[in-house]
Amino acid sequence: MLRRTFMAAAAALALTAGAALADDSKPAIVFDIGGKFDKSFNESMYNGAEKYKKETGVAYGEFEIANEAQREQAIRNFADQGYSPIIAAGFAQAAAVEKVAKEYPDLKFAIVDMVVDQPNVQSIVFKENEGSYLAGLLAGMASKTGKVGFVGGMDIPLIRKFGCGYAQGVKAAKPDATIFQNMTGDTGAAWNDPVKGGEITKGQMAQGADVIYAAAGATGLGVLQAAADGGALSIGVDANQNYLHPGKVLTSMMKRVDVAVYNVMKAGNAGFKPGIMALGLAEDGVGVAMDDNNKPLITPEMMAAVDKAKADIIAGTIKVHDYTEDNTCPVQ
Amino acid sequence: MNLYIELLASTIRMSVPLILACIAGLWSERAGIVDIGLEGKMLIAAFVAASASAVFGSAWIGLFCAILASLAFALVHGYAAINQRGNQVVSGVAINMLAAGLAVVLGNEWFKEGGRTPALTPEGRFLPFEFPMLYDIPVIGALARIFLNHSILAYFAFAIVPLSAWALSRTRFGLRLRAVGENPQAVDTAGISVAALRYRAVIIAGVLCGVAGAFISTSLSSSFVRDMTAGSGFMALAALIFANWRAYPALGACLLFGFLQAIGNFAQGASIGGFEIPVQFINMLPYVLTVVLLAGFIGKSVPPRASGIPYVKDR
Repeated sequence: MLRRTFMAAAAALALTAGAALADDSKPAIVFDIGGKFDKSFNESMYNGAEKYKKETGVAYGEFEIANEAQREQAIRNFADQGYSPIIAAGFAQAAAVEKVAKEYPDLKFAIVDMVVDQPNVQSIVFKENEGSYLAGLLAGMASKTGKVGFVGGMDIPLIRKFGCGYAQGVKAAKPDATIFQNMTGDTGAAWNDPVKGGEITKGQMAQGADVIYAAAGATGLGVLQAAADGGALSIGVDANQNYLHPGKVLTSMMKRVDVAVYNVMKAGNAGFKPGIMALGLAEDGVGVAMDDNNKPLITPEMMAAVDKAKADIIAGTIKVHDYTEDNTCPVQ
Repeated sequence: MNLYIELLASTIRMSVPLILACIAGLWSERAGIVDIGLEGKMLIAAFVAASASAVFGSAWIGLFCAILASLAFALVHGYAAINQRGNQVVSGVAINMLAAGLAVVLGNEWFKEGGRTPALTPEGRFLPFEFPMLYDIPVIGALARIFLNHSILAYFAFAIVPLSAWALSRTRFGLRLRAVGENPQAVDTAGISVAALRYRAVIIAGVLCGVAGAFISTSLSSSFVRDMTAGSGFMALAALIFANWRAYPALGACLLFGFLQAIGNFAQGASIGGFEIPVQFINMLPYVLTVVLLAGFIGKSVPPRASGIPYVKDR
């Protein structure tokens, strides 16, 4: 009798626990190669997730990818355990998310930096072209030689989008400016080659570039270093990298991935919105970093120009072309 | 003009790790030990140099620790290849994989930056020498910027080439070492220890790879990033084959490969006759050149006869 009561109680408990799971969200996050302490994209996602955890006390599942094959396994693993929403970091996880999302139609998925067209997937993309436009505007105004550089990581449309927005910003500040655009490589190794990034930067500086924008992951560290060594200014990316070389990094084009992750986790299953969410200047999804480290470099005129351009872009009077729409860029 | 000067300076910078690794391979393979693990030894040295330099704030301490780390890996390879008579290619590949994994795991554990090491201060780096007073003089200024604007490790690399060539062809130690790579039985018959000679070659290779790794992480850049050697160990092996296992041709091959890398970095988007040269084409040139030239232009490339074969004293 006692045993039966106990069993019934246990069953009831299991049922309520199950119900609680179905109702409440149990978020999980899959970081991409680079890891959650990469001082950039992944760490920004981690910070967003930590903020959610601190505020709500709800723990989240996490996994750091060590090699390409683990992406799908990690996502499927979380899906198996009933985690939802499952957030995947980075464009490289798109195929894995699409596959697993189809297999688990009842669970919610989110992917950052890429579009996956499934009814249970939210795709969070950023209008990097808008943030890069502001960075370009600052570069154009800060440049004394009228020549600026851009060093991209892997040659993919997403990185071209950074470069194209930047070029438009530079031209808006200095219509006759020259922009050198170089990519580090065509494979994933291009995100981890600071030596090559540094050499490309030195090449651009030899041609007269005095402001160089790096959108290249860890390769960008080499770009920032080479620019600082060679007396040029640089522009960081994703996170605020102004502190890396104080007074030598003009600004950083920030993507507020942390805000995006926090919002997805906070919305949970109930507030989940499938489809594409594009975060731009209007949503504070992108922006240029201003802090004590780059204060001496930013003149009041530059500040005013950025504020005006930002207002104009939000109002729609300035339209920054998005490279990924048609794979062309109106300015070179 | 500026661009051409910087291109040649970049050629020298890019070829330094290749030269060091290539000469390391030369010593090792001349003694009969095939060294696929050049890449791994450089990688672990790059990691240790950046870590030690970040912790102790001194590039020299970083270099010292890097040499020790590379040496430890070299001795593992030596033990497997010489004492245990293992397959030298397998042992070398193991070293490459171990170094790639270990550097990231330890880096993440120590510095919590995703396998990266903290950015180094100027004291923690081997900075290039500067001669600002020369730069404004016409021809001399350009030459100074090409040849004098490098860190001390670069000059070490260029000094090691004639030194190795001399040691391998003019000293008793070098001649014996080469004999061990060609015909170890004969050396053994003469009463000289094959194992001791081969260990010495492996140690020299370890030290040189240590310097190469330290150059990559503390001179060319200012921190360690995963997989940052980016295949230069394999390119050095290609140069070694290309140079037919001789020191001066190895220098030439490394400078050529360094030049091609520099062109790849500098000439993106360059065009000849209105046709844009894809950068991928330039990046593959070192490998294509090695294959094409070995296919008949420079004649046959003959490795040391006993290379890769463990020495068995008696059967």
